[in-house]
Amino acid sequence: MKREKMTVLSISPLAKDTVEMVLKTKNAVRKAKPGQFLYFQLPGHTLRRPISIAAIDKESGTVTIIFKVTGKGTELMATLPPGSVLDAIGPNGNPFPADENGSNAVLLIGGGIGVPPLYCLGKHFCAQGVKVYSVLGFQSREYVFYEEKFRKLGETVIVTDDGSYGEKGFVTDVLHRFKLYDTYFACGPLMMLKAVTKQLEDVPGFISMEERMGCGIGACYACIIEANTEEGYKKICSDGPVFRAGEVLL
Amino acid sequence: MTSLQVNMAGLTLKNPIMPASGCFGFGKEYSQFFDLNKLGAIVMKAATLEKRLGNPTPRVAETPSGMLNAIGLQNPGVDNIIRDELPFLSQFNSVIIANVAGTTIEEYEEVAKKLSATGQVDALELNISCPNVKEGGIQFGQDPELAKIVTERVKRATHLPVFVKLSPNVADIVSMAKAAEEAGADGLSMINTITGMQIHLPTKRPLLANNTGGLSGPAIKPVAIRMIYEVYPHVSIPIIGMGGISSAEDAVEFLLAGASAVAIGTANFQNPCICPEIIEELPKVLQKYGFNTVEEAIGKAVNR
Ligand SMILES: Cc1cc2nc3c(=O)[nH]c(=O)nc-3n(C[C@H](O)[C@H](O)[C@H](O)COP(=O)(O)OP(=O)(O)OC[C@H]3O[C@@H](n4cnc5c(N)ncnc54)[C@H](O)[C@@H]3O)c2cc1C
Ligand SMILES: Cc1cc2nc3c(=O)[nH]c(=O)nc-3n(C[C@H](O)[C@H](O)[C@H](O)COP(=O)(O)O)c2cc1C
Ligand code: FES
Repeated sequence: MKREKMTVLSISPLAKDTVEMVLKTKNAVRKAKPGQFLYFQLPGHTLRRPISIAAIDKESGTVTIIFKVTGKGTELMATLPPGSVLDAIGPNGNPFPADENGSNAVLLIGGGIGVPPLYCLGKHFCAQGVKVYSVLGFQSREYVFYEEKFRKLGETVIVTDDGSYGEKGFVTDVLHRFKLYDTYFACGPLMMLKAVTKQLEDVPGFISMEERMGCGIGACYACIIEANTEEGYKKICSDGPVFRAGEVLL
Repeated sequence: MTSLQVNMAGLTLKNPIMPASGCFGFGKEYSQFFDLNKLGAIVMKAATLEKRLGNPTPRVAETPSGMLNAIGLQNPGVDNIIRDELPFLSQFNSVIIANVAGTTIEEYEEVAKKLSATGQVDALELNISCPNVKEGGIQFGQDPELAKIVTERVKRATHLPVFVKLSPNVADIVSMAKAAEEAGADGLSMINTITGMQIHLPTKRPLLANNTGGLSGPAIKPVAIRMIYEVYPHVSIPIIGMGGISSAEDAVEFLLAGASAVAIGTANFQNPCICPEIIEELPKVLQKYGFNTVEEAIGKAVNR
C-alpha cells in the first residue's frame, strides 16, 4: 500500500452513469490483485473514495477502474480529462483468494457496480486455465456493461430487473443453471449478497463488501462489519473487502 | 536552526506534532507510510476496560470541509491493547500518550492504573468528551463538578501526566478548563468533535446509524482556535490544540492561540503522511513569521 500520483490515460462512458477510466501507475500496477481497491483523493473533499480495480495490465503499467456516478465525488471524477493526475492510496484491502484456491471452475456473480472487480478476477482465473462462468445483473438495458468481455472469459448470463435486456429477473433466478463449478465469487448490493449466500449456502464462496470509510487502511474503526469470529467484527477496508461467505454477518 | 522541541507537563517532545486519538489507530497502519520516530508524540485510540464493539454502521459521513463520525469508542479493551498494541508503539522514541475512556469513574481509574503500570506509556489523555456514546464520556465533559471528580480520581491512580480532553459541546469552556486544572490536570487537550447531523435525502433519515456524530476537520478549526484563545489566559497548564489542522500554517495558528503542541486527526485520512509533512514545513513557517523556536510562538496572539 502506497500513496502515489496516477495519470488518467483515458476516460470513457460505458453505460448510463457508468465510466471507465484507465490510469497509469508505477506502484499499484505491480502490487494489485483482483478484489483490492484504490482510495482516491478528490479536490474539495475530506474523505477519499474507494473504487475497485477492474483490470490490471502489467505490460502497459495501467489499471482500469469502472465507477458509477452516484454523488459529488464520482461526478467530479467523471469530468477529469485525460492527463489529469489523481492522488491514490493503494492497493488496499485483501484480494480474492485467486492463486491458492485450487479451483477448476468458478462462478462469478455480479450486481451493477459490483461487476468490475469480478472482471479482474475472471481474467486472472482464465489465464490460469480455470473455467469461468458469469451471472451479471443490472437494473435495465442502459446500465449493462462489459458483456462481451465476460463472454470472452466463458459462459455468461445477463439479467435485468425489468427484463429490458437479457433475461428478466435477479441473478438468484438463474444460479441453479450452473452446476459445474466449485467456488463462487460475488460482489454487488447487500440484498443481492444476502440472497446469493443463502441460496448457495452449501457451496464455498467469497463475497466483496462495501461500507463508508474513514482512513481506508484499518486505523479508524469506521468500516466495521459483524463477524463470526472471537473478536466479533472485521474491518472491511483492511480485513476485507473480500470475505469468505459466512464469515461476516450480512 | 529553528528549534521544534517542546517541554510540557514534564514531557520533552522533539516537535509539537502528534496524530490525534482515534485517527491513527495504534500506529501500525501508518507506519507503512512513514517512520513514526519522526512524530513528537503518538496518541492512541481510546481504551476502555472491556472491549467495545461501537455503534452500528454507517459511522462516518462527509460534510463541507469536514466529516462526522460516530465510531462509539470501539476498541479492543485495555488488556488487549497493552498486550497487542503497546509493544509495537514502545519501539519508537516518540512520546506515547494513551487516551482513556469509560462509563464510570471506576472504569477511568482502572484503565489509567493498568496503562500506567506498563511503563510503556508517557502520559494519559482523559477522554471526557466523546459525543458518540450514550453513557459516560461526554457527561463528565459537560459538568465541571464531574470533570473535577474524574480528573482527581485518575490523578490519584497514576504517576503519569494527565491531559484532560475537553468537549466543545459546552456553554462555558473556560470553567471546564479551570475545573480540570483545579483537579490537578497537567494539561488540556482541546477540542474533541462538535455534535452534528446529516440527513440522507434518498432515505429522508439521518445518514449515520447513530443519528448524530462528531464533526471534525477544517470546518471546526475556527471553533477550536477561539476556545484555546479563550482558555489560555485562564490556565497555567499546557494545551494540546486540535481541530481541523492540515498544514504547518494551521499548526502555527494554534500555537499563537495558546497551544503548546498540536494534534492532527481527520487530515491523516486525506494524506497519511500529513504529520511528517507538517513537521518538515514547520521550521520554514515559524521562520517566515519571525520565530526561532516553537516556544516563542505559544500564546503570542493572546493578551494575557
Ligand atoms: C471496497 C469498495 C469498492 C468499491 N468499488 C467501486 C467500484 O468499483 N465502482 C463504483 O462505482 N463504486 C465502487 N464503490 C462505491 C464507491 O466508493 C461509492 O459509490 C463512492 O464513494 C460514492 O462517492 P460520491 O462522492 O459519488 O457519493 P457521495 O454520496 O457524495 O459520497 C459521500 C461519502 O459517502 C461515501 N460513500 C457513498 N456511497 C458509498 C458506498 N456505496 N460505499 C462506500 N462509501 C460510499 C463516499 O466515499 C463519501 O465519503 C466501492 C466501495 C467500496 C467500499
Ligand atoms: C474517526 C474519529 C475517531 C476519533 N476517536 C477518538 C477517540 O477515540 N478519543 C478521542 O479522545 N478523540 C477521538 N476523536 C477526536 C479527535 O481526536 C480530534 O479531537 C478531533 O477529530 C478534532 O481534530 P481533527 O479536526 O484534526 O480531526 C476521533 C475523531 C475521529 C474523526
Ligand atoms: S476505514 Fe478506517 S478502519 Fe476501515
